[in-house]
Amino acid sequence: MNAAMLRLVALRLVLGLLTLLIVSALVFTATELLPGDVAEALLGQSATPTAVAGLRAALHLDQPAWWRYLLWLGGLLGGDPGISLVNRLPVAAQIGNRLPNSLKLASITACVTVPLALTLGITTAMWRGSRYDRIVGMGIIGIVSVPEFLIASLAVLVFAVKLRWLPALAFRSGPQDFWTMLRLLAMPVGTLALVGIGQMSRMTRAALVTVLESSYVEMARLKGAGPIRIVLVHALPNALGPIVNAVALSTSFLLGGVIIVETIFNYPGLAKLMVDAVSTRDLPLVQACAMLFCAAYLALVLIADVVAILANPRLRQR
Amino acid sequence: MRTDRFASFGTGRREVMQLLGAAAGLAFAGPARAQAPKRGGSIRAAGYSSSTADTVDPAKQTLSTDYVRCNMFYNTLTALDANLAPQPELAETIENERAMVWTLKLRKGVTFHDGKPLTAADVVYSLARHNDPKVGSIAKPLAAQMTEIVATAPDTVKITLASPNADFPVVLGTFHFHILKEGTTDFTTAIGTGPYKCKEFTPGVRTIGVRNENYWKPGKPYLDQIEFFGIPDETARVNALLAGDIQLAGGVTPRSTRLIKAQPGLSVFETPAGVYTDLITRLDAPVTGNLDFALAMKYLQDREQMRDAIWQGFAVIGNDHPITPSNRFYNKDIPQRGFDPDKAKFHFQKSGIGSTAVPIVVSPAAAGSAEMAVMLQEAGSKFGLNLEIRRVPADGYWANYWLKSAVGYGNINPRPSVDILLSLFFKSDAPWNESAWKDPKFDQLLLAARGETDFAKRKQMYGDMQLMIRDSSGIGIPLFNSYLDGHVSKLKGMSPIPVGGMMGFNFAENVWLEA
Repeated sequence: MNAAMLRLVALRLVLGLLTLLIVSALVFTATELLPGDVAEALLGQSATPTAVAGLRAALHLDQPAWWRYLLWLGGLLGGDPGISLVNRLPVAAQIGNRLPNSLKLASITACVTVPLALTLGITTAMWRGSRYDRIVGMGIIGIVSVPEFLIASLAVLVFAVKLRWLPALAFRSGPQDFWTMLRLLAMPVGTLALVGIGQMSRMTRAALVTVLESSYVEMARLKGAGPIRIVLVHALPNALGPIVNAVALSTSFLLGGVIIVETIFNYPGLAKLMVDAVSTRDLPLVQACAMLFCAAYLALVLIADVVAILANPRLRQR
Repeated sequence: MRTDRFASFGTGRREVMQLLGAAAGLAFAGPARAQAPKRGGSIRAAGYSSSTADTVDPAKQTLSTDYVRCNMFYNTLTALDANLAPQPELAETIENERAMVWTLKLRKGVTFHDGKPLTAADVVYSLARHNDPKVGSIAKPLAAQMTEIVATAPDTVKITLASPNADFPVVLGTFHFHILKEGTTDFTTAIGTGPYKCKEFTPGVRTIGVRNENYWKPGKPYLDQIEFFGIPDETARVNALLAGDIQLAGGVTPRSTRLIKAQPGLSVFETPAGVYTDLITRLDAPVTGNLDFALAMKYLQDREQMRDAIWQGFAVIGNDHPITPSNRFYNKDIPQRGFDPDKAKFHFQKSGIGSTAVPIVVSPAAAGSAEMAVMLQEAGSKFGLNLEIRRVPADGYWANYWLKSAVGYGNINPRPSVDILLSLFFKSDAPWNESAWKDPKFDQLLLAARGETDFAKRKQMYGDMQLMIRDSSGIGIPLFNSYLDGHVSKLKGMSPIPVGGMMGFNFAENVWLEA
């Protein structure tokens, strides 16, 4: 089992690297296809032909695209993601500034979301069809249907502007105690959790319900196992695959897909960095962010698969 | 109107002008205030951009937030007032010979934040560095006219120009010419003569300034501390103000002003300024490139409606030339062009375009252009003008559409002097000559006005040029938009300086908190 597992992980890692390579080529091509380049974006109104040509030469943009791609790839393989074309600062340093913020937001949100979502998903599956199931189900679908910018804006209006319980901005630099941090992050985490809980709990419920209807669960029930033992020991291990995958998807979204929350709460995270980089055509930064998001996504999905295999008796025995 | 202390000279060969020596008298020359400024307190203020490119190097300032930051820590030799006339700052007097050789006498008793007194050597260093290619100064084109900068005495600097420029004191008042300590090359912190000392500067995060107890303007600054940072999203910025997280929000939209005014304890600060979104009819384009079509378009602009509907009233009506009514060179004798569908129809028919569809390019990059074009389309359809609105993204607009579309919109920020503005956008060979308008007489007048030190004569020349632009170029300027900021009503001392919002980016030394 161990050897098979290792082989799987090794294969997935190789495939992951290949995926990263393809993604980098795709992102590079897509950024090249965007109208205008970093020189024009930087100069804005002052983009006279001579100024643009001068800046392009200074930034080595006058070299052919494939050559620039290879240069970048070579740098990355050597551990250097390059220098921002816009402010001439190392890309690694810029990402290093934002990554802790994004990780903090993502991990706190995950800590809030995952237990809540699993509890809701498991309990609604256990008492499926009950009034509790219907109320929770409707509530979750209602919340998932509301776009997050609306939730975030409403939260700011109510809790910051009207009630003044929480600050409207989620970021304050300098040292701060735990309570201040909690107050600052309450609204962004709440907004993201609402979106995440909906998806995860519905997936959990759906996966569990399928298993709970199966004949071996009926067998367990006939043997006299209690409802909690049936769900946790008999059903959950077999339903874990889709559940951990849903958790992995939601978590990877938290790392790079939270641009709306970052914008509304003025939180300096990675998503905003990448959007800024795209709008200024800052290719090294765009590439680095894309690689990071892609790698995080692949890693999370890999972990989810490994967890699913380890948890599932049938897969484990193969 | 305040008289112009730099440009109204006698007629002698060597003209000497004594500026009002008393700094105190000038420092308080603003609008009359009922209350005396109060010392103490601190504020948090947010501008509208924030990036790792934030700087305290005067030569590298590019964004409004850089101007605000540098104005906290540095001074210029002159400063522009409410009519964009230069007033003395670190230079106490300025004399000139035929606008070519300028002699600056520095104010006494000014010290840098580290205690070193200000000397002529600091000024020479601060000005000369812009001409060093290694510095990479944004102001190099402006600085290039200074061919010689020398200290003739410990408190006197002599500057020789390549050609006469009566606006030189205005140039010295632009923020890039902030005065540094001689030899400064490290810009991780800021040591200047300004109202606040730099306590913290973290690019992309925040700037903290604490009161400079030895500031040379008596009584100023009033606040103990200012924390300044950027909130790029306008909604977030306004929300932060509404929630009480910040006391000053720079740059709010006309739409947000209602929210701000509705909340007790908050106010909107309006700065009528020279920023405009202009209708461009390129005169070198096929079909539409004729003056009659351009005039038809200009007469079609319903300026009052544009001001009230698009800008919620926060705009000043323009007269199809780029000089604002508050400018000291504004020609108030030119009749105001109004909404006149009959004249528009007359010129349109004379242009012979008929029912051919005319594409007009609009973009969010030129604020309000889409809304203005819709109004033109509506008004023009009544007599057969077939305008076809082409909406294009802001992304890449200046490179791909501006100066290339036959009919479209531009967006021009205020420039420190009339000469700079006209040279950049209306001179026949200017790269940004938006409507491809060529008039040798205009170019001659422009050159003559640049070297003219007699204010009345100069005003006459600029007045004639305003009329030429209004009647023969392809540019229509319906409105000048105001800069709008939101602040807590307790923050006092704000008065408009049309260089930009937040009191011409220089609120820091002028504001105080009411108890």
